[in-house]
Amino acid sequence: MTSPRRGNPARSGSTALLGVAGLAGLLLVIELAPRLGLVDERFLPPASRIAAALAEEAGTPAFWTALTDTLLAWSVGLAIAVGAAVLAGIVIGSIPVLRSLTASTIEFLRPIPSVALIPLAVLMYGTELGSTLLLVCYAAFWQILVQVLYGVADVDPVAFETARSFRFSAWGRIRHVLWPTALPYVFTGVRLAASVALVLAITAELVIGSPGLGKEIAVAQASEAVPTMYALIVVTGVLGVIINLLARTGERRLLAWHQSVRGEVTA
Amino acid sequence: MNVVKRILLAIALPLILFAGWYVLSAGSESFYSPPLEKILVAFGDTWSLDRLKADVAPSLLRLFAGYLLAALIGIGAGVAIGMNRRLRAAVEPVLEFFRAIPPPVLVPVIMLFAGIGDAMKVIVIVFGCIWPILLNTVEGVRAVDSVVLETARSYGVNGVARITKVILPSAGPQIATGLRQALSIAIILMVISEMFAASNGLGFTIVQFQRSFAIPEMWSGIILLGLLGFVLSLLFRLAERRALRWYEGLRAAQRQS
Repeated sequence: MTSPRRGNPARSGSTALLGVAGLAGLLLVIELAPRLGLVDERFLPPASRIAAALAEEAGTPAFWTALTDTLLAWSVGLAIAVGAAVLAGIVIGSIPVLRSLTASTIEFLRPIPSVALIPLAVLMYGTELGSTLLLVCYAAFWQILVQVLYGVADVDPVAFETARSFRFSAWGRIRHVLWPTALPYVFTGVRLAASVALVLAITAELVIGSPGLGKEIAVAQASEAVPTMYALIVVTGVLGVIINLLARTGERRLLAWHQSVRGEVTA
Repeated sequence: MNVVKRILLAIALPLILFAGWYVLSAGSESFYSPPLEKILVAFGDTWSLDRLKADVAPSLLRLFAGYLLAALIGIGAGVAIGMNRRLRAAVEPVLEFFRAIPPPVLVPVIMLFAGIGDAMKVIVIVFGCIWPILLNTVEGVRAVDSVVLETARSYGVNGVARITKVILPSAGPQIATGLRQALSIAIILMVISEMFAASNGLGFTIVQFQRSFAIPEMWSGIILLGLLGFVLSLLFRLAERRALRWYEGLRAAQRQS
């Protein structure tokens, strides 16, 4: 899918340069707009002040506790969702009756906005880690489940029947035929779920007030510490970018043998 | 026969689950999970026509306004960025960063600028759900077959016609994917922006019920939100199928061959 021009090292060098220029331009706009009075400084402080607030935050233990809390909720929630969704996906996907029986229910539950569960989470767990986990698990679960179902449906029936006629056990068929086919789909699901889980973790903290970066943002906003609020938002954005990058690299590493990745390696 | 069987299969599990919920919760003494019967009664009582008009209609209006604006800006900017390689290289890291920011954290920021009125809620929705539309449009425009583009060029298809007749249809499936992702984000943001500061709306009402411990009413609100999400995604699927009929046909033909 990638165009050949990406392979050209000179070109990719200038692409990176343009990208850096774009980022620098954004910082410059944020620095100058408030200084020139284009936006009220109380609403958007200059980039340098946001950076100073960020440095100050990084020196406080409270910031690191909040960051760990967010990452903990994110990773535990994602892990539970991956486990449950892969298991459920393989069972439902490989039994046709179950699949057609559950199709409408999955379609119904999937679009229920996970934020609708916020009141329920508050009642059940209050402002503890549990409320965050509930939302993260719910949102991430569907992303992965749907992908696993697509993956299982993609299994070559001839290969599957061949395995059966070679007397592979049910476990062997899952392990050697179904799993390798479904794996790329599983990874796509995990990649999507990883960013959704982060969004939901921070949202839950922001709205419910469970410990984490989201809560710190709410606190900063309530105490009108605007530069700190922007600094924390930048942190959430950077966190999102890092998670995206890690998920993509991880996918490429673990699926290095797979056609879809091998085709990309030249890029 | 086949159709009947498919419909039966489709509604069997929801019916079983619902019946199970009804029976199992019938004698429920738990304060937080009241019997389904109570929830259903509350649903009928709570979501009267007046209530729908007062709380659901404003929510939906904000949702549509925000979603429509995001679609217009996202597709417009996406086509421009997708067609220009230098521009794309310059703005891509910035866009990736903005996309990675969890949209709900922008609610406090946008509240600074736009107060707590309807404008704030619409802007929050636009700001949150524009990214999947924008990035998918960029990808879709980038992937337009260069042979098709050159052919169109040599036939003198230029300017607006080039965009509406060649680029947009060919990027259509990708754009639709972005629009679908954006729809669920838009619903989430609609609810969240109303949870922060509002005097009406679905999110506001549900939180109100939760704070006043009107549990069956709260459950009925959650069910209503679920129904809303379901209906909207169904409507989207219908619209998508109409708009991309040629594409589905192509895919079906490819699968058969």
